[in-house]
Amino acid sequence: MARRLPRKDVVVIGLGWTGSIVSLELARSGLDVVAIERGPWRDTATDFNIGTAADELRYAVRHDIFLRPKQETLTMRNNPSQTALPIRKWGSFLPGNGVGGAGVHWNGQTWRFLPDDFRIRSHMVERYGATILPEGNHIQDWPVTYAELEPYYDKFEYVAGISGKAGNIKGEIQSGGNPFEGARARDYPTPPMKQGYQQELFTKAANEMGLHPFPRPSGNISVAYTNPYGCSMAPCTYCGFCEWFGCANYSKASPQTCVLPALIRQPNFEARTECEVTKVNLSGDGKMATGVIYVDADGEEWEQPADLVLVCAYSLFNVRLLLLSGIGKPYDPAKDEGVVGRNYAYQTGSGSTGFFEDVKFNPFAAAGSLGVALDDYNSDNFDHAPHGFVGGASITCAHTNGRPIRYHPTPPGTPTWGSAWKKAVRDTYQRVANVGAQGSVMSYRQNYLDLDPTYKDPLGRPLLRMTFDYQDNERKMANWMAERCDEIAKAMGAKATQVNRLTGPWSVVPYQTTHNTGGAIIGSDPTTSALNRHLQSWDVSNVFVMGASAFPQNAGYNPTGTVGALTYWAIDAIQKYLKSPGPLVQP
Amino acid sequence: MSLQSNRDHRFVVTRRSLLASAALLITTTGAGARVVTKVLPWRPNDAYPVKPVVPGGYLFFTAGEAAAVDAIVGRLIPTDELGPGARDAGVTTFIDRQLTGPYGGHDWLYMQGPFSEKPLPTQGLQSPLTPRQQYRLGLAALHGYCTASHGGRGFAELNPDEQDKLLTAMEKGEVSLPNFSAKMLFSAIYANTMEGYFADPIYGGNRDMAGWKLVGFPGVRYDFRDVIDKPNEAYTLPPVSLQGRPAWGGR
Repeated sequence: MARRLPRKDVVVIGLGWTGSIVSLELARSGLDVVAIERGPWRDTATDFNIGTAADELRYAVRHDIFLRPKQETLTMRNNPSQTALPIRKWGSFLPGNGVGGAGVHWNGQTWRFLPDDFRIRSHMVERYGATILPEGNHIQDWPVTYAELEPYYDKFEYVAGISGKAGNIKGEIQSGGNPFEGARARDYPTPPMKQGYQQELFTKAANEMGLHPFPRPSGNISVAYTNPYGCSMAPCTYCGFCEWFGCANYSKASPQTCVLPALIRQPNFEARTECEVTKVNLSGDGKMATGVIYVDADGEEWEQPADLVLVCAYSLFNVRLLLLSGIGKPYDPAKDEGVVGRNYAYQTGSGSTGFFEDVKFNPFAAAGSLGVALDDYNSDNFDHAPHGFVGGASITCAHTNGRPIRYHPTPPGTPTWGSAWKKAVRDTYQRVANVGAQGSVMSYRQNYLDLDPTYKDPLGRPLLRMTFDYQDNERKMANWMAERCDEIAKAMGAKATQVNRLTGPWSVVPYQTTHNTGGAIIGSDPTTSALNRHLQSWDVSNVFVMGASAFPQNAGYNPTGTVGALTYWAIDAIQKYLKSPGPLVQP
Repeated sequence: MSLQSNRDHRFVVTRRSLLASAALLITTTGAGARVVTKVLPWRPNDAYPVKPVVPGGYLFFTAGEAAAVDAIVGRLIPTDELGPGARDAGVTTFIDRQLTGPYGGHDWLYMQGPFSEKPLPTQGLQSPLTPRQQYRLGLAALHGYCTASHGGRGFAELNPDEQDKLLTAMEKGEVSLPNFSAKMLFSAIYANTMEGYFADPIYGGNRDMAGWKLVGFPGVRYDFRDVIDKPNEAYTLPPVSLQGRPAWGGR
């Protein structure tokens, strides 16, 4: 039996990007806030110390700071006819754990989605007719527009110190930026990062091809910066240890660098770490949350009553917690009814690897967001009529690292070991450039999340079950993008290229991307969305659910910029809710 | 334990939490939570380094197993005119120490049953065998196979051509070892060899930063602003590891 603690105004579940931001904003407005985080506290100085941080084996291979599957994982299968099995070891995606969440180990690529992405269904049907939509799709317009979110994107970018070059300020196209982006009120807070030699070749080739390259917006920041919360960041040193690592330089935007130093000074805030929330408690009629149950580091169970419950865990685990708590109707693909677990989506990765001669790319001098991108083939920035697919991709020539356990490329046809392999590894390390396409994934009836009937976590609760595969629409799109990437790689001067297409079913084994979206989506209709446009549960009005679980489908960009914008957007709504509790949208 | 402590484990009271508790204001909820409020819970010079591997002897491998692993890793990455291979870079010691730590028991992975007999390839790791079991059983099976088919000689006693032929067959799954998957054994040793050859020398492999020198990885210098400013130019400084480099003396 859980022991009951004194009530708080707000309980925040998970202390990553979204949890730390909502905690700070609500604590500043005078509320008593407690954040409950299942992993440990993490600080830059101690956990990402410069004497220990640059350790590829410890972090990128053994996953020291990640969620350990032993504590929680999920099961997966490609389609409902199969039996899902647990992801025993992380591969395709890598959820974070502890204070800072995935905001500790991300690369820092911080995008805004395009205006068309927010009304993709309407836009595609208007331009091409309904026949362009793929079979079995659940593609939905977002219930919020780019213009509505713009001030909130701006807010997040200025908190995170993002380095970039605007392409469109108040409708005026800016040279050197992304001409396809939605209008922004002002430029990025810090100038773009420096780029490497690969990016120089890519920029030149893309310009000659009539494309529109620009430095991608980066959370590894180019110059010293102090954000509106008074938190200071230092310039990136291009050390090449971003993704899967904490940053020792205070150069990567994260809750640690951008939010926590301000948050912890709020006397009405407290964090309880190594405590796992197991359930959101509901009132007898199921219409209000009364607080949460959590298990502490000693295995003791506690009830934390609260007036407002903010679900701020990683997207997949938000969905699981809603299912375990009975908030919202679980999605049933057989009947195509229910909302929680609906519209799970992911991303495609395809592209071309170019092998060059007589170059020194120095791949180790890199950063997670270093790279030059182009959006000519993203969203609906190009005519889809000849291609018969929906969606697009951001195409990037990036270099995030040269860490040699995982990065020692060889040309196709090289033996996998022995002296010939060794020679090829030596000769190739400096001479590879990748042109990659990060593509959108639409939502479908057959891609969803629910609870697994067999496998459980150490507390005896069912694991989340993921049923997902790429559909023909995504394969067509990703493989078309791979050809575009190959054209650019060749124009850059590659002597040989290897085209990386999307083949076979989705697999958990190779790392792809930790951009898992959907499952608790926002929408205008409570029969097809778990949350209203303010990220408020349709069913339980004092529960708001942050994160990429809210995306109705996924776009061809990294999600964090949009996650940050939605968080600030929701905070405005929560402030309204606090003045007059109840549903902010009448169904 | 040569690797990091189990400090993230839910039910282990750790050095971190004790330190944090000592440094902090603790609210009096009575809950066994680590409570952080009002000040950040870190102290100057506090960090969580890994314990350096001290080479010499084996903690997991028997002498016979170590000889076989030495021979295998020496064929996967041979010593040749380009420099030391995996054997000479200490990869066997690296694997030995890894097997005695949390990796060796799959301590952090989800190891609850049931284990499927017929998993899909897309479902990844589904074996109940830990790395320690894979090496123990796999190397025994390899020894059985070698002695039966090569006149009583173990893997280490085969000539290099015979070794390469057998490793090729194991990689492709074209040889049957008694009661153990040749492919599983090959995959484990192959992955660990790459790790040991290219990981920081603090873990016992990559001796003298041989793997890093091969490709020209400068290690943990953590500041390459000078390199970014000079595109397409050769980098000439020697590599540095978590423990510095020999020319610095000391450690």
